[in-house]
Amino acid sequence: MKANPLLPEMATILEVVDETSNIKTFRVRFDDEEVMKNFTFEPGQVGQLSAFGYGESTFVINSSPTRMDYLQFSVMRVGEVTTRLHSLQAGDAIGVRAPLGNSFPIEDMKGKDVVFVGGGIGMAPLRTLLVYMLDNRKDYGKITLLYGARSPLDMAFQEDVAEWIASDDLDVVLTIDNPAEGWGEEDQTKRVGLIPNVLTDINPAAENTVAITCGPPIMIKFTLQALKKLGFADDQIVTTLEKRMKCGVGLCGRCNIGTKYVCVDGPVFKYSELLELPNEL
Amino acid sequence: MERKFISHDDITAWLDGLAEDHVVLVPMKDGGSVSFRPYVQGRTPNLDRQAVPSPKDAVFPQNETLLKYRFEKDPEHLDRTRIQVKETLPTEKTVVVGARPCGTRGMLTFDRVYDCDKNQDLYYRTRKENTLHVTVACTRVESTCFCHDVGSGPADGEGSDVLLVPVASGYVAEPITERGEALLAASQFKAAGDREAEAEAVKAATVAKLPEAHDYSDSAEKLMARFDDMEFWEEQSAKCISCGACTYLCPTCYCFNITDDTTGLTGRRLRSWDNCMSFQFTLEGSGHNPRPTKAHRLKNRVGHKFAYYPMLHANAIACCGCGRCIKSCPAGVDIRAIVKAAQNYTPKKEEGGDES
Repeated sequence: MKANPLLPEMATILEVVDETSNIKTFRVRFDDEEVMKNFTFEPGQVGQLSAFGYGESTFVINSSPTRMDYLQFSVMRVGEVTTRLHSLQAGDAIGVRAPLGNSFPIEDMKGKDVVFVGGGIGMAPLRTLLVYMLDNRKDYGKITLLYGARSPLDMAFQEDVAEWIASDDLDVVLTIDNPAEGWGEEDQTKRVGLIPNVLTDINPAAENTVAITCGPPIMIKFTLQALKKLGFADDQIVTTLEKRMKCGVGLCGRCNIGTKYVCVDGPVFKYSELLELPNEL
Repeated sequence: MERKFISHDDITAWLDGLAEDHVVLVPMKDGGSVSFRPYVQGRTPNLDRQAVPSPKDAVFPQNETLLKYRFEKDPEHLDRTRIQVKETLPTEKTVVVGARPCGTRGMLTFDRVYDCDKNQDLYYRTRKENTLHVTVACTRVESTCFCHDVGSGPADGEGSDVLLVPVASGYVAEPITERGEALLAASQFKAAGDREAEAEAVKAATVAKLPEAHDYSDSAEKLMARFDDMEFWEEQSAKCISCGACTYLCPTCYCFNITDDTTGLTGRRLRSWDNCMSFQFTLEGSGHNPRPTKAHRLKNRVGHKFAYYPMLHANAIACCGCGRCIKSCPAGVDIRAIVKAAQNYTPKKEEGGDES
């Protein structure tokens, strides 16, 4: 962390990837090569991106610390700041405050099977951990990815997904809400159905397994129920929370749930920890 | 450290000298109100009543510039814009003269968050290091006062550098810190002599006027027990009109917003006081709001001061008992009554609860 955590480090956008009609991925490098060289983070940590004149918003660093050519952030266009970010192109300047927040328990998960369940833009925080695990493949057991989106066109990270499907290092199942043309039913990889139902159908073993899930609140709710039915204990389920944030360092008073600040105590929480929080999600 | 005396007649001469190399914030008549303003020669400050706003501007201004930015055309790529960013740290030296002990001590609430192991907020720290507090002991106990309920008192010097105790012809000045002692080297401060005893009598007389102190030590536990009881919070917040006067006047409220303010090719990133009683405070881009009603928001405000903050910071209550939020609330919301309602809560009979 820098001496002044509210001061962004200037960076340049190397590449912008159009993921879906409302999601773009930004690959950025700090302008100061020393800063880039010394930058470290853990999978799950977030950053604040600055669109000067518009403000800042929080996004997970969805690249992996094992691949430090650039930092990657995926931005869904929702409000003023994200609309401005979407207008930026390769070569444009951007401010970055990172890393902020806690990270996935990568040490605790060593030697275990891992089931990733991602919905929509919720795939972003999963991507950083999944890439990290694939780059440290021998440390982890069987890896399964279930990734769902409304339609094939709403599915982000298409390049990654194609690579993951082709890989022997993990099992991949994709699902969309309704049948769509060209969405093959010929194999078990591409399915139609809501994420919790497909998850139940895949029926991953709970023993010595950790489930990592992120997505819209309604998906999380039913995915948690499905995981419970499959025998996952509360401390075998890990998720990430999102709240409106300004400072990202536990000062500004927006993201707290009682005594816990999502920006510093999160965004990663075990389900067992969520159950202990007061009810203010 | 030796106590001194300054006469009423010498106050302006002393402030004139102080204002030569400091910004001196003093309570000044401001329309029908009294608020902290930079001292101007020839104007008489109002030292004998509590200012309506808190003195926290000195260490946490209503808005402050975090950084400046400038857009520049990239000469090598004319379609690209380069951005120069410059950190802007405060440099002015400030003395706050005339706050009450409650308001000055209230600012210590910031220290446990803004200047601690987890965070060293450069802006706050720089201002704190550059600010001295010359506080006036209280002699007037109002119905909204409850500093003694939250571990303080009308002559509490905690957080101050000098405490001025009003006596017949001026003030007895007690240095609290070494920096405060240095201030008393000014020629207007004379030996206190017999007035020391007079000052002690003034303090004792004020303490004697205080009602019996209320015990808030179980407020955290009792408020957390009501967390999911929205009926309780709806009842407590029924009068609230979400105006935020309480948050803006509070010496201990430290929540802020960050916004960019651009004019042409240059701009500033500002940190400004924010109001947790507003719907927009936690409104997310998706439309979801984790604190959607005023009941949720008042719960967070009261909870933060009397439960979450004490739970995180060794039972320190994030309220200084100054009573500004009560005095200035247009709807008559009283934070003491809300905490006491949680402390004294007994479930209604028809619910058959045995919860104590």
